[in-house]
Amino acid sequence: MQQVNSDTPNDPAPSRWSYRFQRLMLTPLFRKVLRVGIPFCLTFAIAAGYLSDRDRQDSIRLAVADFRHQIETRPEFMINLLAIEGASPSIEEDIREIFPFDLPASSFDLDLESVREMIVGLPAVADADVRVRQGGVLVAEVSEREPVVVWRSHDGLALVDIEGVVTDELDARSERFDLPAIAGAGGNQDVPGAIAILEAAAPIKANVLGLVRIGERRWDLVLKEGQRILLPEENPVRALERVIVLSQVQDMLERDIVVVDMRLSDRPTLRMNERAVEDWWRVTKLTVGAQQQ
Amino acid sequence: MIELYDSQRAMRNMRKAAMQRGVVAVLDVGTSKIACLVLRFDGTERLNDGEGVGAMAGQAGFRVIGAATTRSRGVRFGEIEAMQETERAIRTALQAAQKMANIRVDHVIACFSGASPRSYGLAGQVELEGHVVSEQDVSRVLSACDVPAYGEGREVLHAQPVNFALDHRTGLSDPRGQLGQVLSTDMHMVTIDAVAVQNLAHCVKRCDLELAGLASSAYVSGNAALVEDEQELGAACIDLGGGSAGVSIFIKKHMIYSDSVRIGGDHVTNDISMGLQIPQATAERIKTFYGGVVATGMDDRELIEIGGETGDWEHDRRTVSRAELIGIMRPRVEEILEEVRARLDAAGFGYLPSQQIVLTGGGSQIPGLDGLASRILGQQVRLGRPLRVHGLPQAATGPGFASAVGMCLFAANPQDEWWDFEIPVDRYPARSLRRAVKWFKDNW
Repeated sequence: MQQVNSDTPNDPAPSRWSYRFQRLMLTPLFRKVLRVGIPFCLTFAIAAGYLSDRDRQDSIRLAVADFRHQIETRPEFMINLLAIEGASPSIEEDIREIFPFDLPASSFDLDLESVREMIVGLPAVADADVRVRQGGVLVAEVSEREPVVVWRSHDGLALVDIEGVVTDELDARSERFDLPAIAGAGGNQDVPGAIAILEAAAPIKANVLGLVRIGERRWDLVLKEGQRILLPEENPVRALERVIVLSQVQDMLERDIVVVDMRLSDRPTLRMNERAVEDWWRVTKLTVGAQQQ
Repeated sequence: MIELYDSQRAMRNMRKAAMQRGVVAVLDVGTSKIACLVLRFDGTERLNDGEGVGAMAGQAGFRVIGAATTRSRGVRFGEIEAMQETERAIRTALQAAQKMANIRVDHVIACFSGASPRSYGLAGQVELEGHVVSEQDVSRVLSACDVPAYGEGREVLHAQPVNFALDHRTGLSDPRGQLGQVLSTDMHMVTIDAVAVQNLAHCVKRCDLELAGLASSAYVSGNAALVEDEQELGAACIDLGGGSAGVSIFIKKHMIYSDSVRIGGDHVTNDISMGLQIPQATAERIKTFYGGVVATGMDDRELIEIGGETGDWEHDRRTVSRAELIGIMRPRVEEILEEVRARLDAAGFGYLPSQQIVLTGGGSQIPGLDGLASRILGQQVRLGRPLRVHGLPQAATGPGFASAVGMCLFAANPQDEWWDFEIPVDRYPARSLRRAVKWFKDNW
């Protein structure tokens, strides 16, 4: 049936405003703002409004800290024991002394790297490895420095490892007769060189007293009867070998010689005893005189 | 002459902007329906910018993403008569199309069939400044066309150069770079009532849209319904619409004549309504379901209930035979076709090498129309459907949508118009000063 009232919308046309609204809703930017921007702003505003109160902030901060503390102090994360491996008792004692934390402590509070650095900082320790083992044990694996020579300096006797680091003081030489001795300022700067020279001097080992660092650059080998072998800066081992060969062939060191100067490799020089010189002059004179006669 | 095209230039710029944005709507404001398609340009139309027409007939660059049709209101003879009503109808169509496309459209290209288009052939001739035809020469020859007095209150809708001739050689489509002395051109110009354009522009503006182009529906439906060889060899496209029938003649891919006959399918409906004393809506329904133009013996026996709502039993149970209906429709259809014939004769269609006639538009769906048309218009008549374009819904592929589809093609690759060429330099004031100096130099 036809409708009488012509105003009643049989009319499919949208009104101007609904048309405009629909066009607005189809605008890409507007839709994006509506879908993302407005929810974001709303959430942000609500959160900001809620958190702007100082008491709420504090309570939230407190709750978070409390929760954190609860987790950190669980028995799974606690460290009860410090185990030190590979260290002599005295070093172990030292480590325990400097260890800064009171056990038991939470493993969150321990800074393993700083503990490691602290242990490595001890003079007698070459390297250390610190880790937490299951069961709440903090393990420090320490490798000690091995003293190779006794170094006599102005400060007294000291034990020095291959890298030249002083590991310990020594009261008397007799405590460590097993180690060779070096002396002189800067003697610890070339410990490997000293060791090499001493190894090369093995054939005359019974005679060797020690090495003296001269001018912080070269070594003198000191023998028991006050004889000295002055070694050059370069290739001291080779020079020493030459001396040893000479001594073996001609019994050079058995003679009345004070100093064997090998500093110039082209020109090895000997200094004889004063009396020996006089004897030699006399003997020469005799021979010369006999010849003259 | 140039000031006249300012609005056309503005519309062209707007169309470019719309292309850049990628979305444009085409709006076919017809007498019986308003169709709106939303096109999306992918920017691939440059692919087949080269010679000829590609596999997709140059329409691979766009896709129809929204389509809507609504019953037209307030339009008669293809002209807007009641602005409010038309505006509402346009709004309905646009809203539905936007909703389907799910995107907002800001630019619209519109076409309409009415506003009494008139077509003029223009000719212009200039001597070349150099020996080689330059862009400036083309512009100059286009401006040299003597424009007829097409009357007050009319506006130029299309002005397309259809042919260039250089000296004795004619039929050049692009004379640039060629050698010669005298360049002449033929131009086809279509004028329409300015008021109709203003009304349409106002309606579009009331819908918060920008008018980015205007086209004559006869031209665009010819573009859509004629196949390439028909456009090349010569053909006429007859767009049988609701309020008017558009006629356009094409040759060498250019429209050379356009006209419209102010009778259409609505008049047929009116005749049925008056002849059978039934409401317009019923008449329209009967026409589309049972209409025809050739009666056979079978049609005498096929009775159609025409109904009624008076409450009078006798009156409400009336029937007519289909033969009677055909008897009402046929004279009117014949009248339309004869009117079209007269226009074609006036345009000299008979002198074209090929005289193919293509019927399209909603009115071409009357059964038996091709037989009737071939009797009146000539032997080579076929029914045309618009080209297939990407994404067009099945419901919008019928002949009634020829002009809407043609608008898509028009939007995708428009024909060069007069205002697409540069303004000739001698129109600029600086140039005229230089010419004065030159004149002094030459003569003193």
